[in-house]
Amino acid sequence: MNRFKWERTIPYVILSIIGVCFLLPLLWVLFASFDANAQQALTIPEEFTLANFTSILSEPATIRSFVIGLFLSCGQALLVVIVGVIAAYPLSRYTQKYKKPFMYSILFMTSLPITAVMVPVYQLFIFLNLQDSLVGTMLFLTASGLPYGIWMLKNFMDAVPPELEESAWVDGASIWKGVRRVVAPLMIPGICTVAIFTFSMSWGNFFVPYILIQTPDKFPASVTIYQFFGTYGMVEYGKLAAFSIIYTLPAVILYLFSQRFMSQGFSLGGATKG
Amino acid sequence: MRADVQTQRNQIGSSSIGKKKKDPTALRSVLFLLPSWILLLIFFIGPILLTFYFSFTNLALTGTQAQNIEFVGFQNFVSMFEDPTFRISVMKTIVFLFLSAIVGQQILGFLLAILMKEKNPTFRRLIGIIVIAGWVTPEIVVAFCWVAFLNDNGTLNMILNAIGLESITWLYTFPMISVCIANIWHGTAFSMMVFQASLDDVPKTIEEAATIDGASRLQVLIRIILPMVKGSIVTNMILVTLQTLGVFTLIFTMTGGGPGTSTQTLPIFMYNQAFVNYQLGYGTAISLVLLVIGIIASLFYIRSMKVKI
Repeated sequence: MNRFKWERTIPYVILSIIGVCFLLPLLWVLFASFDANAQQALTIPEEFTLANFTSILSEPATIRSFVIGLFLSCGQALLVVIVGVIAAYPLSRYTQKYKKPFMYSILFMTSLPITAVMVPVYQLFIFLNLQDSLVGTMLFLTASGLPYGIWMLKNFMDAVPPELEESAWVDGASIWKGVRRVVAPLMIPGICTVAIFTFSMSWGNFFVPYILIQTPDKFPASVTIYQFFGTYGMVEYGKLAAFSIIYTLPAVILYLFSQRFMSQGFSLGGATKG
Repeated sequence: MRADVQTQRNQIGSSSIGKKKKDPTALRSVLFLLPSWILLLIFFIGPILLTFYFSFTNLALTGTQAQNIEFVGFQNFVSMFEDPTFRISVMKTIVFLFLSAIVGQQILGFLLAILMKEKNPTFRRLIGIIVIAGWVTPEIVVAFCWVAFLNDNGTLNMILNAIGLESITWLYTFPMISVCIANIWHGTAFSMMVFQASLDDVPKTIEEAATIDGASRLQVLIRIILPMVKGSIVTNMILVTLQTLGVFTLIFTMTGGGPGTSTQTLPIFMYNQAFVNYQLGYGTAISLVLLVIGIIASLFYIRSMKVKI
């Protein structure tokens, strides 16, 4: 009987220890952001203050970087969804002989590390006269997010019964209208999943804008927060923590929101739904 | 059967649209795929091909070489393999991959998933949220958290002092361990969720039958559960390796590749050569190494997925 009890409690003990280890580094950001004189070590603030947040948010340069970040990430998410849905349609509905190699190359591209192509991309941007261009950066980010987007959207579109559009065609709708009015509304959960995932990846991306954008006025939030860390990181802990929290917030909110659509579980990004 | 339905549907589609061409779907497919193809060709496939091309040139960011690109054959690769820093970088990358991706994220992720199985739902949810919080946090904020946590006056040293141990300058004394732990913290949730999903697919009746036949918990795990989730372990391992191979921001922010070259993995080395030393050709040759490793791993990934397209 004793052994049985042990077997039941040990997992709880191990999990609790792992949980505490995971929680500790995070707690510092939370506490320090509300602390008037935050230190590197984790301390419970003697007096809670919002001064760190207000001072970060009253900086016009910071606000601008958030707006630019939103522009890049929202633009990318929107483009990936639109271009992705259009591309997913023939892949889902028609049988063509190139479909198989195309889908394999899409799957192949989803897993390639983007880091590996950044040096030639920089050179390409100089060649195309796109360096320091936010739109150019957005287009590159779109291309890097497209393989995943097309793959997921094709799978979501497969789940929409074709009979529904067929009846729309009978009523005189064009293919394009059928996609817009019948298919797309029925795959809203899938579209939201792809959009949220694309946005989060882009919002957290530091390397791409850091390489492709040179003018400080055009830096998105991920780059300004790095600069802030470089300049004040070892002095103004409270502000750095507050900046980090504001910067992390969109990702957290969207993750919680996406949970509503991902109820089917996490089977390798849905890619296993053949 | 499925193909039959599909052809039938295509016929319905084309007759209702009333086009008399041989195969209206072919033209439509091309049109629909065109925008994605253009974007992918310019910004994805183009750079990959350029990587191969630039690796064989003396491309530089400034000076006369920036104007006249010359073909230099294997010179970049010769100097790369003769460069002791390159060899160090390859070793650092392997250590980083092994410790943080294969050992850290995989094993910790699996441990979490298996321990959380059939536990109190509230407790399971709480631990899940804590672990996933590290995954949702952007890489750069992860780096800040860990710099603060491991710093000389940071939380970890505070804890060590409290239990009567000496402070350790973690980021200088154990830089590689530090970045590995930060990467494990950031990435484990992904593996955990993958394993949770695949463990849920293991039928409970098989486990029960084995237990009735007298198998111990460990035996059930090794003989029954592990073989059944083998596929997702392999796939997850490749995927996590690919993700870790591209890690730049975390190391760049935490240590900048240092002290010295002690955390200079290939992405950091590539960045330093291309954008700090302005040797784009050499930088591209290094990125080609990354790319080739990535391509090989991706091919294994596709094979392991066993998808029906």
